[in-house]
Amino acid sequence: MTTVEAPTTGLPVEARAVPGRPWWRTALARSLPILAALGGIAVLWYAVTYLVLPADQRFLLPPPHEAYGSALGNGALMGPMLEALGRSAVVALVGLVIAVVLGIGYATVMSQSGWAERVLYPYAVILQTIPILALVPLIGIWLGYAFTARVVVCVIIALFPMISNTLFGLQSASAAAHDLLTLNKASRWQRLVKLQFPAAVPSIFTGLRNAAGLSVIGVIVADFYFQQGAPGIGGLLRTYTLRLQMEALLTAVTLTALFGVVVFSIFAALDKAVVGRWYGGHTR
Amino acid sequence: MTGTLTLEGVTKQFDTGTVAVREVSLDLAPGDFVTVVGPSGCGKSTLLRLASGLETVTRGTVAVEAASTSYVFQDPTLLEWRSALRNVELVGELRRVPREERRRRALEALELVGLTGFEAQHPRKLSGGMRMRVSLARALVADPDLALFDEPFGALDEITRLQMQTELQKLFQLKGFAGLFITHSVSEAVYLSTRVVVMSGRPGRIVAEIPVPFAYPRPPELRYAPEFAELTGRVSEALGEHS
Repeated sequence: MTTVEAPTTGLPVEARAVPGRPWWRTALARSLPILAALGGIAVLWYAVTYLVLPADQRFLLPPPHEAYGSALGNGALMGPMLEALGRSAVVALVGLVIAVVLGIGYATVMSQSGWAERVLYPYAVILQTIPILALVPLIGIWLGYAFTARVVVCVIIALFPMISNTLFGLQSASAAAHDLLTLNKASRWQRLVKLQFPAAVPSIFTGLRNAAGLSVIGVIVADFYFQQGAPGIGGLLRTYTLRLQMEALLTAVTLTALFGVVVFSIFAALDKAVVGRWYGGHTR
Repeated sequence: MTGTLTLEGVTKQFDTGTVAVREVSLDLAPGDFVTVVGPSGCGKSTLLRLASGLETVTRGTVAVEAASTSYVFQDPTLLEWRSALRNVELVGELRRVPREERRRRALEALELVGLTGFEAQHPRKLSGGMRMRVSLARALVADPDLALFDEPFGALDEITRLQMQTELQKLFQLKGFAGLFITHSVSEAVYLSTRVVVMSGRPGRIVAEIPVPFAYPRPPELRYAPEFAELTGRVSEALGEHS
């Protein structure tokens, strides 16, 4: 017997929806670990600021209320920061969309024959193994230091999980299922759209979740190095660092982290919703 | 019904050098339901794959005369993202049967296997026995002249298994396809078939063909009859001598 395991969500058992329990208790149970983690970080932060750092070096890590307090209330600082975040989000999204299309296409071609996979897979692996920072200077020289170059960095970093997960999914149908189609004289196209693609849907969504997270990393790296035109949030991180604006820097870092968490959560939720429905509703 | 299958001197040697079946000759005419028993690894499943065209013979000939052939796998082999109905409809989709006709036929096939009311369920919501019923419905939906079964009930619990056997021989009587059924259960082989073919250990050869005279439909109680025991005894004996 072969059974297909839907990717697990990683939620602790008690945090899953329990029938008969009010929704807000479920929501609370789910967010409690995150809130506790944030609390832990705050405690650690205060401890470093007041207990580890001597008073004359406290500017290196101002306490949370000062860092956020002075930045969040400052429109002249927050306005550009949020605009930059928006620009970065657009770059990451465009990069992600391109990576998804290219990745699914590339994997589909690879899945069509053994030799296509043997010929094409090494390129994907090379793409994955070159450290992105080694490519960044080249990309800058070839494509300039603005939007296009930033998108390209996102695509390069997000492409591999799309390729590998899609390929895995396309190849996940059982030998017997393939026999069934062979016996019914299915064309290559029918095999692809009726068996391989549907079988790959859960894996494609896993790939999408990973690619989305990587695309966010990609845009921060690209912003950091490609400073032409209006800055992205990564560009501001660099500016604040050079000017040693600790409050602004800490706020920007926090925003970036939140952005990453939000993107990951959106795609994790999407993954769960689609994959659950794919198998005819929630079974667990 | 015109389903016939003729194997003549069929030998299959795999690329690895393993000889799976050697010099097997077998005849299936309309109205035949032949079961094949043999020790594990004797090439029973290979025989079925050769008959269906999934594998090609090394020597010998395979001749199939049937407007439509169906194949039931060891696992139900359902597509998890499709409902029971859409799983059965798949065959029609692949053969480009118009939508309304294939839906009507799929509903009929599901009714035949007792799954009316479960059309919209996905495989995960169905029990092992029900999944196998969907698989049977998918095999019946194209009105096969020749039906090939690769140990389909092997993974089911004993009670479900006996139920499925009872229903399969009813379906055989009703539909009149020629059937070739692989199993490792002697009582299943005798209960279902018009003829039991006993194979030796690898490389598989046919060592005995034992006709089963009981009329269809066969009541479940047939299994406790002395004549039934006598036949299973003969099959077991032939198996014991050659494994």
